[in-house]
Amino acid sequence: MIRLISIFVGLFFTVALAWSLTLDSIQLGKDGLPKTAAKEFGKAHELKTLKLASDGPFGKYDKAQLKRGFEVYSGVCASCHSLKQVAYRDLVHVGFTPAEVKDIAAKATINAKDPLSGEMKDRPGTPADHFPPVVYAGNGTPPDLSLITKARHGGAAYVYSLLTGYEATQPAKLIKEFPDSKTGEGMHYNPYFANLNIAMPPPLATDGLVTYSDGTKATKDQMAQDVAAFLVWAAEPELEQRHQTGTWWVVFMLFVTVLGYMSYRNIWAEKKGH
Amino acid sequence: MSFPWSKEYKPSHPLMTWLDEKLPLPRLVYNAVGGGYEVPRNLNYFWNFGFLAGFCLVIQIVTGVILAMHYSGETSVAFNSTEHIMRDVNWGWMLRYGHANGAAAFFAVVYMHIFRGFYYGSYKAPREMIWLLGVVIFLLMMATAFMGYVLPWGQMSYWAAQVITGLFSAIPLVGDPLKEWLLGGFAPGNATLNRFFSLHFLLPFVILGVVILHIWSLHIPGSSNPTGVEVKSESDTVPFHPYYTAKDGWTVGLFMIIYSLFVFFMPNALGHPDNYIPANPMQTPAHIVPEWYFWPFYAILRSFTQNFLFFEAKLLGVMAMFAAILVWFFLPWLDRSPVRSATYRPLYRKFFWLLVADVLVLGYLGGAPAEQPYVLISQLATMYYFLHFLVIVPIVSSIERPDPLPFSITESVLGSDGAAKL
Repeated sequence: MIRLISIFVGLFFTVALAWSLTLDSIQLGKDGLPKTAAKEFGKAHELKTLKLASDGPFGKYDKAQLKRGFEVYSGVCASCHSLKQVAYRDLVHVGFTPAEVKDIAAKATINAKDPLSGEMKDRPGTPADHFPPVVYAGNGTPPDLSLITKARHGGAAYVYSLLTGYEATQPAKLIKEFPDSKTGEGMHYNPYFANLNIAMPPPLATDGLVTYSDGTKATKDQMAQDVAAFLVWAAEPELEQRHQTGTWWVVFMLFVTVLGYMSYRNIWAEKKGH
Repeated sequence: MSFPWSKEYKPSHPLMTWLDEKLPLPRLVYNAVGGGYEVPRNLNYFWNFGFLAGFCLVIQIVTGVILAMHYSGETSVAFNSTEHIMRDVNWGWMLRYGHANGAAAFFAVVYMHIFRGFYYGSYKAPREMIWLLGVVIFLLMMATAFMGYVLPWGQMSYWAAQVITGLFSAIPLVGDPLKEWLLGGFAPGNATLNRFFSLHFLLPFVILGVVILHIWSLHIPGSSNPTGVEVKSESDTVPFHPYYTAKDGWTVGLFMIIYSLFVFFMPNALGHPDNYIPANPMQTPAHIVPEWYFWPFYAILRSFTQNFLFFEAKLLGVMAMFAAILVWFFLPWLDRSPVRSATYRPLYRKFFWLLVADVLVLGYLGGAPAEQPYVLISQLATMYYFLHFLVIVPIVSSIERPDPLPFSITESVLGSDGAAKL
């Protein structure tokens, strides 16, 4: 009985699916495979390669690069993008001294409750404060950058590709095949962005936007690489500790596992039968 | 099972003798996973996944309880409290990455355990109850994992909650009120997050309870084995300790190495980037996909695209998704072949491997966007999934001619068995 019912249920689902399959196939025959502008012209799946010191299982941060990246962030990105998850005190891990961190924090304006009056008041930042929210009044919604390399496919390579991937003109074929994808007013064509047109104007449009304190020449490409490296740190400040701990832990576990395997062979020596 | 030759617990210290009289807990452990539990000597490495699953549950409970000490289940701070764990709590990143990847490891191990059961007919009499409890554990795991995924309150968390509770709205008449009742509102919100946190803390202990029942029911008939031939004599078995504690022990090490490679070196490889974007009810992600371990079932859900008779497409999808797991409950009665192990079932064995391929295909499709040609392929794959369990298995078990079985476990290991000549 249970088998008869089950065969009936199985056939019911099969017929229902066959019905979906038939109608969908007819539809597919009419429409053909779906085409989107992003799939045909987007480069999200062929990002530029970016090599960072933090890559790979033994990767560590290049502190000099992080510092340069922070200079790019605070000089360029920070006017529109917040970095809410990062605290000023974290900057000592980028290579700033505690005194320098204090200075950097003091330049920020933090709106917080005044302990004496209980009112919300502006005051200079302290190392204990997080980077403040950024008010942006223009077109689009600049995302917070604290987790951006973890929140996008491709991570740092995506950030680097996006920053250097603006193109002045759209391919004529794109506009012909997908008129909706024509770059609109106040938008900018960037094939690395999900829907090809992005509200953010090219942020690193010219060389020398920032002056690096270590004297490195601030080319567009250099700035894009440095800020991508800095954002990896902002998203994963634990990376170095994670890599180091992981290496020792895995080596230790290998040792334990080999010992465990040997004791297993020893215990089973007479029971194997082959 | 307690065979006539099973060893009896003998306290080695007066304190243990005293304890054994008052509360024979050491005796219970000895008979459950110690020298008192006789196990077939021929278990292969597919039998290690049960122990590993228990180990994963312990990892999840330990890391989870500590994470709960630092997490805050309130929509305005949940995302930030997760980042607080990652950045400010000592070793917090290890706990959270360990917990998130631990869930993936738990499912990977449990899928191996379940498919071991499919291949070796572990669900057959007299072990139906073990199987039924196992399916209950799997369902509880799915609910727990889903609710845990909602807790960081990222974009995927929020939209997963939206989609999964939305499934209940497909039920005729009571659907919409039921969905609102489950969410505690019209859309996922603070009430939803709080109840999911509460249940996510509770359910693992329910799982632990059912695991104990699962192991208890296992000890009635004793462990199955790769030949499917029942234990006949003393030479067929070895005591669990030290034989299987040693074997399980070293594979725990192996498991820990693979698991740790994920936790320490590619902690986000299995996750979705969108969940590092704070939940935003006003912005739907381009592709809403669950974690990889739900992909086969997600593909089944999405493969029903057209209304059929008086059933809406969405309702059919929901019914099929639940049926895809519920069908496992009936497996002991759908498969009536008296031979357990697929090693001796040439026809069933072929269909088993087809099922494995089918589920892998469904898994791939569940992670792919809901567009052609993926939908067509998932319709075919879903069809095969149901045909396998509901049509092929019952029919194959009636018409198949199995290969000859070995006389005993000992014979299968040693090539001959002294007891066979008697």
